[in-house]
Amino acid sequence: MPAASADIIRQLQREILPLQGFKPPTAGRAVDFHLGPLEAAFPNHRFPTGAVHEFISQTRQQSAATHGFLGGLLAPLLKNGGVCLWIGGNRSVFPPGFPIYGVSPDRVLFLDLPKEKDRCWAMEEALKCEALTAVVGEISEISFTDSRRLQLAVEQSRVTGMLLRHAPRTLGTVASVARWEIIPLPSEPEEGLPGIGFPRWQTTLLKVRNGRPGSWVVEWSAGRFQFPEQAAQAAGLHGQGVALALGSQNIAPPAPRIAASVPLPAVRAPHKRRTG
Amino acid sequence: MMTKSYVSLWFRYLKTDWFQLRRPALNNQPFVLAISDHGRKIVAAADPKAERQGIFPGATVADARAIIPGLEVLDDIPGLGDKLLTALAEWCIRFTPIAAVDPPDGLLLDTTGCSHLWGGDQPYLQSILTRLQARGYAVHGAMADTIGAAWALARFGNIAVSGQQRQEAGLPGPFAGQGGSHELLLALPPAALRLEPITLDKLRKLGLITIGHFAHLSRSALRRRFGEPLLLRLDQAFGRAQEFLQPLHPVEQYQERLPCLEPIVTATGIGIALQRLLEALTSRLQKEAKGVREALFKAYRLDGKIEQLRIATNRPSDNVTHLYKLFELRIATIEPDLGIELFLLEATKLEDLLPVQEQLWAGDQGLEARGIAELIDQLAGRFGSASIRRYLPDEHHWPERSIKTAQALNEKPAIPWRTHRPRPTILLPQPVPIQVTAPVPDYPPLLFRYQGKVHHIKKADGPERIEREWWLEEGPHRDYYCVEDQDGARYWLFRSGHYTGENTQQWFLHGYFP
Repeated sequence: MPAASADIIRQLQREILPLQGFKPPTAGRAVDFHLGPLEAAFPNHRFPTGAVHEFISQTRQQSAATHGFLGGLLAPLLKNGGVCLWIGGNRSVFPPGFPIYGVSPDRVLFLDLPKEKDRCWAMEEALKCEALTAVVGEISEISFTDSRRLQLAVEQSRVTGMLLRHAPRTLGTVASVARWEIIPLPSEPEEGLPGIGFPRWQTTLLKVRNGRPGSWVVEWSAGRFQFPEQAAQAAGLHGQGVALALGSQNIAPPAPRIAASVPLPAVRAPHKRRTG
Repeated sequence: MMTKSYVSLWFRYLKTDWFQLRRPALNNQPFVLAISDHGRKIVAAADPKAERQGIFPGATVADARAIIPGLEVLDDIPGLGDKLLTALAEWCIRFTPIAAVDPPDGLLLDTTGCSHLWGGDQPYLQSILTRLQARGYAVHGAMADTIGAAWALARFGNIAVSGQQRQEAGLPGPFAGQGGSHELLLALPPAALRLEPITLDKLRKLGLITIGHFAHLSRSALRRRFGEPLLLRLDQAFGRAQEFLQPLHPVEQYQERLPCLEPIVTATGIGIALQRLLEALTSRLQKEAKGVREALFKAYRLDGKIEQLRIATNRPSDNVTHLYKLFELRIATIEPDLGIELFLLEATKLEDLLPVQEQLWAGDQGLEARGIAELIDQLAGRFGSASIRRYLPDEHHWPERSIKTAQALNEKPAIPWRTHRPRPTILLPQPVPIQVTAPVPDYPPLLFRYQGKVHHIKKADGPERIEREWWLEEGPHRDYYCVEDQDGARYWLFRSGHYTGENTQQWFLHGYFP
């Protein structure tokens, strides 16, 4: 291909992006998600806010992992006093699990609706509300038309929408900017330390509009996303950045009620914390 | 001050008309309504055909039967008259907001400032009478500047103005007049003054057969002979003493009305009416720095039924678009039937709305933002306010009690969220029993079986012992473990109570970690 036509194509692509809802980041309002190498997968090399993201989970375990990852995404969004609306079915989300991901749960409004159709309606209305920063909707089955409506709503209001699709029957085309899949991975505690390490996930971008799908190992430690693989490559070491177990720092053993009747468990958390 | 005007309506055959409407067979049949009194049957009401033959209320049924052998005697329904009058007064609200029942057989309407909507007093009264007559009631009515005069003219107006004169003056019904009613009153009998029978008797004996005969007598002479009530009634009739109505519905201070020329039957029409009423109401509220907390939208149908919509907001609002949105969701539930002729919007609960300075660069205002309150109103209007919750940390370690529902949008957490203990992001509403293999007491299990799948535990943290608060409930404590299985999924397990060799059913799965 001659250089001139490649130039033209690049120019056209740049013009198409804003038309598809990818607004170039405005100065002063940029949010840093610490997504590192993952951000390169998106157009403009930036995690798109003001768009609808889709998260697929098949099992309860995966959906818990998705919540963790979502918490990490919501934290920088809600940092400046933003409000999130979480539209769920029969709510099993436990708010005290979120502060560790930097989300203050009192800034999250929970709306519980048993019917999926109602959840869809509520999500669209919420996405139109500019006072909200993010909307999370647990909607398993969504038609293309419905997702288009959500997309049109966010293009107007610049609210970020997160569709949590738990065990969807069909994975058809959906007007979302990205389709994620978060699968829990065994954690890797620091060498020589017992207990569970920091939460670690295989984060897969199954689809990215105008981007490059891929898969990354992501870990949540020290209040931000870490990429242990990249860190290991960079440092030439194995396990850099893999520090301590989530919250396992200071779990006290049960107070022995009967003096000296039970030995202290061997599987116990260490009592120090290292921030990486 | 605006000249007052009142309309008095008199339903001459209220109860019998109602019976006749329900049973058309009675149209050609004289009938009476009877009540039992000391073992006799007494006529309580007689229809016009029976009255023409000389049967009046108070006669015994046996006498009445002697006059008309084929007389139909029906049982009177106790309390029917009041019920009918209340319904008719309710219906008359389309003509004026202040309608009152005037027992036993009349209505009183305060029509001050209403008639111009119908193009004048006469078309107005004419319209009221024709509409009521079309409903099947024999009705007499009159308009005057005092309640007493209206009452008198409605019942005795025929005596004051002959049919010929009425035609010449272009007056509908028995009479409609204002200002000149004082002269007309003078020609009426004293009974038109709502006096006690005993006073009427005295007046008749003295030969005072019209009001004009004694209206100009000195007050002291009248008081001495007939007592204070006669003077009061005279003053009320001539506008020298105030008289008040007891309206059926107390008039709401913040109320807007929209009568329609043509009955409205479409949702679009209802929407336009609502929009107009909201604009009128909010423009008034804005001037007084008030906002709506609760509002009621009523649609009066042609057939007399009233359709209602009620909304409530989280925070006082004077925003037409927002209020309209709250009503809009439920416009479809209004059944217009044959049509709606009057719309009414009431602000039933108001609060002061302090003006907020507009922010040019409105950043994230958080939960205080108006948009959030409006969204919550909208969601609560559709799904009920119980479905929206916000949680705050509570001072309990027991997981189920560690959060509480926030009471208000601006409620701040009293204590910070705790992060020093791991908490799952999914907590099962009920802990699920699991089967475990735990070789050593107080160790995390080696494996557990849940929903037919065996999870080998590779890593674990814990235990974290959480006691039940004894002052709240009794029961065993829980020793929580965070565990990770061979696939990397992380769980929150607990053993209920102390380890006992024989009891194997004491392990539970309570949550999932990311």
